[in-house]
Amino acid sequence: MSMSLETVLKTYEPVMGLEVHAQLKTKTKIMSGATNIFGEAPNTAVSTIDTGMPGALPVLNREAVTMAVKTALALECEIQPVSVFSRKHYFYPDLPKGYQISQYDRPYALNGGVTFYLNGEKRRIGLIRIHMEEDAGKNLHFDDRGISLVDLNRSSVPLIEIVSQPDLRSPDEAVAYLKALRLVLRYLDVCEGNLEEGNFRCDANVSLRRHGASKFGTRVELKNINSFRNLERAVTFEMIRQYQVLESGGSVVQETRLWDASQNQSHSMRSKEEAADYRYMPEPDLLPLQLSNQTVSKMKADLPERPIEKMERFIKDYHRTPYDAEVLTASKALADYYEDVAKATGDDQLSSTFIQTNVLAKIANVETDFATFYPDSKALIDLLKLIQGGTLSLNLAKEVFEHMLESKQSAEKIVSEKGLSQVSDDKALLAAIEEVIQGNPRQLAELKSGKDKLFGFFMGQCQKALKGKGHPARLKELLEQKLKS
Amino acid sequence: MGRLATLKEGFRSGKIGVTEYYKDFFSRVRVRNEKLNALLEIFEKDALERAVKFDQSKSTLGNLPLGALPIAIKDMISIRGQELNASSKILKGYRAPRSATVTERLEKDGAIFVGRANCDEFAMGSSNENTSFGPVKNPCALDRTAGGSSGGSAAAVAAELCVGALGTDTGGSIRLPAAFCGITGLKPTYGRVSRSGAIAFASSLDQIGPMADDALDCAHILQSIAGRDPRDATSMPVKTENYIEACKSFSLKGVKIGLPKEYFQKGGVDPEIEKNLQSNLKVLEKEGAIIREASIPHTPYGIAVYYLVATAEAASNLARYDGIRYGKRVEQFKSLKDLIMQTRSEGFGSEVKRRIMLGTFALSSGYYDAYYSKAQFVRSKLQSEFLNAFKEVDLLFTPVAPSTAFKIGEKVNDPLQMYLSDIYTVSINLAGVPAIAFPVGHDSQNLPIGGQFIAPPFAEAKLLGAAAAFERAQPFQRRLAL
Repeated sequence: MSMSLETVLKTYEPVMGLEVHAQLKTKTKIMSGATNIFGEAPNTAVSTIDTGMPGALPVLNREAVTMAVKTALALECEIQPVSVFSRKHYFYPDLPKGYQISQYDRPYALNGGVTFYLNGEKRRIGLIRIHMEEDAGKNLHFDDRGISLVDLNRSSVPLIEIVSQPDLRSPDEAVAYLKALRLVLRYLDVCEGNLEEGNFRCDANVSLRRHGASKFGTRVELKNINSFRNLERAVTFEMIRQYQVLESGGSVVQETRLWDASQNQSHSMRSKEEAADYRYMPEPDLLPLQLSNQTVSKMKADLPERPIEKMERFIKDYHRTPYDAEVLTASKALADYYEDVAKATGDDQLSSTFIQTNVLAKIANVETDFATFYPDSKALIDLLKLIQGGTLSLNLAKEVFEHMLESKQSAEKIVSEKGLSQVSDDKALLAAIEEVIQGNPRQLAELKSGKDKLFGFFMGQCQKALKGKGHPARLKELLEQKLKS
Repeated sequence: MGRLATLKEGFRSGKIGVTEYYKDFFSRVRVRNEKLNALLEIFEKDALERAVKFDQSKSTLGNLPLGALPIAIKDMISIRGQELNASSKILKGYRAPRSATVTERLEKDGAIFVGRANCDEFAMGSSNENTSFGPVKNPCALDRTAGGSSGGSAAAVAAELCVGALGTDTGGSIRLPAAFCGITGLKPTYGRVSRSGAIAFASSLDQIGPMADDALDCAHILQSIAGRDPRDATSMPVKTENYIEACKSFSLKGVKIGLPKEYFQKGGVDPEIEKNLQSNLKVLEKEGAIIREASIPHTPYGIAVYYLVATAEAASNLARYDGIRYGKRVEQFKSLKDLIMQTRSEGFGSEVKRRIMLGTFALSSGYYDAYYSKAQFVRSKLQSEFLNAFKEVDLLFTPVAPSTAFKIGEKVNDPLQMYLSDIYTVSINLAGVPAIAFPVGHDSQNLPIGGQFIAPPFAEAKLLGAAAAFERAQPFQRRLAL
């Protein structure tokens, strides 16, 4: 498919909604007391409930409910006072009970939305619902030995499924939405949010309609999207595929398609006719979940600041552009880091620039790296104060910063040991200027005859003589005076 | 006094030595069980080991409410390390990794488990003939069924293979065999006893309950097993009462007893049972009870509602028996689907398959509203009708079954007739209220007749007390055919 998305967009408007499954970071599973842990030896983090032993009964985990409700509140949902768990039936070896416990017709959260900025513009994508459910186990296939084995460690790990409205209109927007959603979950510390590891999963519903049409087209569900890049590629591929079907006079078939990242294309998994009848019924082993107004209000009051709120506060309080604010709130740890530095130095701009150009260059993971990063905010504050006090130029500060990374020592110590403080003493500066002027009579003559560009050359030479430590502003001032005279 | 209370007294006073008792006990159990097929397995070795320990430390015996008492457990309830089959081939070889809450509590209170009681496969049946391990015979008439599904438990109590047993009751499975075998059996309020560790048939209806000689013996067992369990979300945090004391002190004087007219329709019950119940009413009145008419208008829909709700839940609960993790698995299969289908086809008996198919149909897309939803709606009607009835009366009194024990083979080929055996018991499970079946007389063939008291939710003390009072007023003597 060598067609471009632009061609599609000339005639059609894409309509998309995402269904996102997020594993909750509870200590134990949603229906049992077994540890909720990733990467253990197969079938070691299981209880009789997770393996579906005869007579084992599910018991709902309070921590899972708390995390689920907090998430829904942060996503502006209406929490339902009564919600119901159901059984969703199908036979598969990774589903030990023959059914999955999931909320069906009465989920715990309705409506809501995710707000984010896309190309500087504010967007809000509506949510239809969020429901709680348990994860299934995993089948492991050993084709060389002709056997399949089941690992039930993941069985009954808590999940929430977040279903968006069909509000998304472009692949970029879908990616931005998913990132914004993930950020909310990470701020609340309820989900790892890692698509590759599968603790954050995304299915996309895609359809096209002609510009101006009010009815939605037939939608296709895409599964197996395991990175942001794949989300963008999969929905783009699907839009072009549907365009070609429609333009050649065909009609889109309602089906589920599996994205194959290695082939860069999707293939049909099952059509609507083949869709399983899950025979939902209310789960008789669990009472309906009741959430009192009081409990919910308390949780709402205790909610931490959400990413979008933080971002908008950074725009307002620290005078950041939406772009800067978005970068600086990419994780709670980074936002806290910036805020500490900006507050202590009183220089929003210097803090922002220095962190973006120097600190972030050294940070691979904004979620986790700050926990052990040096210079920490306190050490960086000390460094930036040396710039503000005139001891260091910006360039020197960068050099000191590199030393700090390596030696884990304070800025002051490095400055004194390596003699890195800048020269702002007029006498020393004038001596250097004198030396440079003496040594470059030809350039001096050219400059005086009007070749202004050569001023830079003199600045450079002076700094060279000062080993780069000349106070830039003062040096410039003195050099200008000298050259004019 | 029932044998449980008597033996408890004997052990405590030291008049009966525990080890000595058990030596004689098991030789009788083996001989009688040959005839009855009540126990699928006799835990002779384990039981004797425990018995010896009791004799070694006499002090513990006195402190334990059920110290050294021989109890049989229906093959639906887990005992750690023991085989658990639900009388089904599909679970052959499966051993329970942990005990059910009820068996854990009984064991803690000193009970000795003497055997695993036969039952209908996955507790589905009214005659204990739907079992992979042969039907249970009625100790009062060996050519007759013991009733089901807890037929093995009932026969074991009646034939003195234990002094008490646990059964499970989804639509009458404790009460019907109790009536057929001439013993007392209690179906507690839904949520009174933890279901954790009991194999599920229909989760919203199942309750574990005691079966024994009389109400007082049942009270001893209920006292041990009742109460909230964090492992079962549907077990209710309602305080238990002193059931034993209630049995001793309860008086029927001034107690208002309702006769739901729908349970006494002409042609409903066997004339001999009808006649017997009339004489029972005289006993109740003589004890000071006030008899009144009552009504549960939706009673005629009980069976239909029950067989929709129970089969739907059963189809779901039995989905886990797929041959993947435990129990039976066919050796030859072509694919995953084939493995699951063949295992289930071979592993389940015909009644279980019938109910799985009915339940699957009832839950299928497009039929859910017509069947399952409607059944739940009628169920809630029944519930409120029972609660309304209890605004006027303290207890309801009804027959347990339309007939006394029927012959083995008589109804096996007529599932509808078989289902109708539960006509007086299923509504009680649908409403979630407690009921007790107790022996009220014999018919002309010397077969026991059962009467049933029904009480408001969590009124087990009243229920047991009333049955005990009746049993005192009209003592029952079982006539065994052994």
